[in-house]
Amino acid sequence: MSVIPWLTQALEVLAAIAVAPLFVGWIVQCRAWLQNKSAPSIWLPYRAIHKLFHKEAVLAERASPLFRFAPYVVFGSMVCAAAIIPSMGTRLPFSGAADAIALVGLLATARVFVSLAAMDVGTAFGTLGARREMMVGFLAEPALLMVIFVASLISSSTALPEISDALATQPFALYPSLAFTAVAFVLVLLAENARIPVDNPATHLELTMIHEAMLLEYSARHLALMEWAAALKLFNYACIGFALFVPWGVATEQAQTPAALFASLPILAAKLAAAGVGLALIETVSAKLRVFRAPEFLATAFLLAVLGLLVNLLLRA
Amino acid sequence: MPDPTLSCLTLLGAWALIGFAGLVRPGSVFVVGRVLFPLGALVGVALALVALVNAAQPADQLVLPLGLPDLPFHLRSDALSDVFLFLLGAASAGVSIFGAGYFRSGEGTAPGLLCLQYHLFLASMGLVLLADDAYLFMLTWETMALSSYFLVTTQHRLPEIRRAGFLYLLIAHVGAIGILLSFGVLQGGSWQFTFDAMRAAQLSPAWAAVAFLLALFGFGAKAGLVPLHVWLPEAHPAAPSPVSALMSGVMLKTALYGLLRVTFDLLGEPVWWWGLVPLAFGLFSAIYGVVFAAAQTDMKRLLAFSSIENIGILFTGVGLAIVFGGVGMRTLASLALVAVLYHAVNHAFMKSLLFVGTGSVLHATRERNLGRLGGLIHRMPWVAWLTLIGALAIAGLPPLNGFVSEWLLLQAFLSAYQVPKPFLGMLLPLGAALIALAAALAGYVMVKFYGVIFLGQPREASLERAHDAGWLERIGLGWLAAGCVVLGLFPRHFIDLLELVPMQFGLIQARTIGGNWWRVIPVMERQAAYAPVLFLLVVGLVIALTVFVVSRLYHVRARRSAPWDCGFARLDARMQDTAEGFGQPIRHIFQPFFSMQRELPTPFDRAPHYRVTIGERIWTHAYLPLAELVQRTARAVAWLQQGRIATYLLYSFVTLLVMLGLVL
Repeated sequence: MSVIPWLTQALEVLAAIAVAPLFVGWIVQCRAWLQNKSAPSIWLPYRAIHKLFHKEAVLAERASPLFRFAPYVVFGSMVCAAAIIPSMGTRLPFSGAADAIALVGLLATARVFVSLAAMDVGTAFGTLGARREMMVGFLAEPALLMVIFVASLISSSTALPEISDALATQPFALYPSLAFTAVAFVLVLLAENARIPVDNPATHLELTMIHEAMLLEYSARHLALMEWAAALKLFNYACIGFALFVPWGVATEQAQTPAALFASLPILAAKLAAAGVGLALIETVSAKLRVFRAPEFLATAFLLAVLGLLVNLLLRA
Repeated sequence: MPDPTLSCLTLLGAWALIGFAGLVRPGSVFVVGRVLFPLGALVGVALALVALVNAAQPADQLVLPLGLPDLPFHLRSDALSDVFLFLLGAASAGVSIFGAGYFRSGEGTAPGLLCLQYHLFLASMGLVLLADDAYLFMLTWETMALSSYFLVTTQHRLPEIRRAGFLYLLIAHVGAIGILLSFGVLQGGSWQFTFDAMRAAQLSPAWAAVAFLLALFGFGAKAGLVPLHVWLPEAHPAAPSPVSALMSGVMLKTALYGLLRVTFDLLGEPVWWWGLVPLAFGLFSAIYGVVFAAAQTDMKRLLAFSSIENIGILFTGVGLAIVFGGVGMRTLASLALVAVLYHAVNHAFMKSLLFVGTGSVLHATRERNLGRLGGLIHRMPWVAWLTLIGALAIAGLPPLNGFVSEWLLLQAFLSAYQVPKPFLGMLLPLGAALIALAAALAGYVMVKFYGVIFLGQPREASLERAHDAGWLERIGLGWLAAGCVVLGLFPRHFIDLLELVPMQFGLIQARTIGGNWWRVIPVMERQAAYAPVLFLLVVGLVIALTVFVVSRLYHVRARRSAPWDCGFARLDARMQDTAEGFGQPIRHIFQPFFSMQRELPTPFDRAPHYRVTIGERIWTHAYLPLAELVQRTARAVAWLQQGRIATYLLYSFVTLLVMLGLVL
């Protein structure tokens, strides 16, 4: 086993960790432009994280070790997920360790830990947020799995790098099934990352908040890790979307080197920039749903993904 | 090398002996708890080891000159029975050692008698797995049902527990009739009731289908397949926790064993469309079970419904294996079968762990109602942390064991589009959608289960005095939790054992699931692979590095203070979300499943009361009308009983005449 592929893998993961807050900053920037506001600096997420790390952590009296431990687990899961997702290269050594189903499982692990930590102190908002998060999760998770299944039927593999590779290297073809699943995927992405219309990332203290409600008791480094993990999650979802629907431009050669990785960095940056504009656009033109309507929103995603599966099996395309 | 069957039989005999030894000093908690139950646990470990060794050996038969004259008992140990004997031994070892610390005097049945019932239950389950003729099978099957009935009714002074026990016994017997009839069809006119004769019997396709459907009905009733599941949510809360653990973790699997034995061994070549029946019922049970689990407020009822979900997943897998086997896709049939067996063993560990965990909670708090628990992670850290492993495992989260089997099943489902039958190839992959939904809902259920019991603030003042489990109970919990972790991290070794079963059934000639000690490759490397050890290593490494970097670059100072809760100062335990609240979105989304009765307070109530009772529609729509029908028929037939001897003599006379008429 040579060192170079693992080094490349480590570089990819580090790049993901580093870029994720910038992606969040970029979306905020785009949204401000679209809404005729003056935007905060694009580097603000970094400064916020840095500031939080410096602060002294304040824990609730009743907080158990689970509460302190959860941010590390969540952050670790998201970093591990970033290693599985082929954001810059598809033939990296860790890709053989877990396929897309394991990736969904990993994201579920992170979600369960966030929810358990939210219930730990026993506040009204925390438990409410945990319940809502799990409600969103149990509908979004199978929808995401269905999206991945459709892609795996086309490429006959559930390994995300293989799917991405197969879709990128074969002659260009339009898959009607992928069109359905792409819509489903965008809905899942919005719901899972606490974006409008399911949740609102821009406000604190709304009665209908989900993600923020779970983090209310966190402070300092724990909060920083949770926020960073959330940014990484958004980055991961975007990269899953790129791997499935716009797989071109990712380094696919057998021998992966840091150089090949850097070559694919500008393309990734361009995709992320476009995705950021798209997300900001969706958030600008849509309004937040009532919490009770969220299941319908996600059921739509689930049904669209199932429809995609059916279309794929009917047309074999 | 000792004889495989005989060595298993000896260990089962040891269990029976331990049971009878309990009668020597029936009132002594010390003898039963400190000597006999730990001995029983050791026998369980030995049985698991013996089964592991035996599995690699060829099938071995043994004839015991017992039972009726000219009808000796036939026993046989082969790969299938060894897998389930391993499950029985390994899971019961943890439960027994837990039970050693759990059972106390003054809880209904005397400890010694309980010890007898418990170990006879274990021994009869083992004999069910070894039986090689229908007589012995039914005999031990009934012993198992009866001994577990007495265990369920340990607290026989409470009328609702007697009711639950009766319901259990009733459905167990309705199921047993199905199994008996199935064996009757399987002998195929030879009137030989050994399994060898049944293997040799040539059945017409129609009769083979009848035998399969009868077996599915009978074993489905024992396993708790919807709609025959109604006894499960009643019996599990009624039984003492170690007994619930055994019933849910192990006994339900004997029904799975029976179905596999009849379908793949005795019937030989299953027909593809048979598989659709368990597949459909299994998928429905999986969703039904988990939806109801999410709405429960009693922790043991919640787990009982979760068992229904898992039984549904198991039967779905069996159905998938039959479909694959029937259309000649033997490698995939083997994959589905391995997934089923893996999930059976996983469920034995994780469900037993959760049930004994609730047992500790019950002992410490005397409370089964989720609405009166909370915050126990502070008072019962051992139970809380070990139960967390079980909860995460059953939610199907990597790198624990529940994920492995669900992953294998999904891989099998994903290849189902190749089934060369019109529409079937298209509809089967949709089953994967339902399995994924059930797995995601299981996560919801487990967050509710764990969060409400162990996290948050205690909902009752008395919970502050709750004590942690004793050391014997901790060993039991630890054993089962270790099983969940090991089965999750090193699946490849265990799959080697499980693949002997499809090889025994002739589905495959050589092992097809690839990989090495740290990695599993179900079909091809290009298609999918999963390496749980690497997975855990990377996550662990990232966590360690994060802790290191944070502590080096910044600091790890922390201070305790009152919870913030958006600046609200008078936070109390009643402001937390409740178990009912957690069930609310599920009740809302899956409304058609439930029959609900709600009492809502008006704004002017002096003492506002909110009550919601959740019922199953199946009671009002199927079971109660059926019971009514039975009673009405019984009343009609009762007219025959006039109570006068002359009438009865007339009946005998008429019967004789009719018989004579038939014979002549």
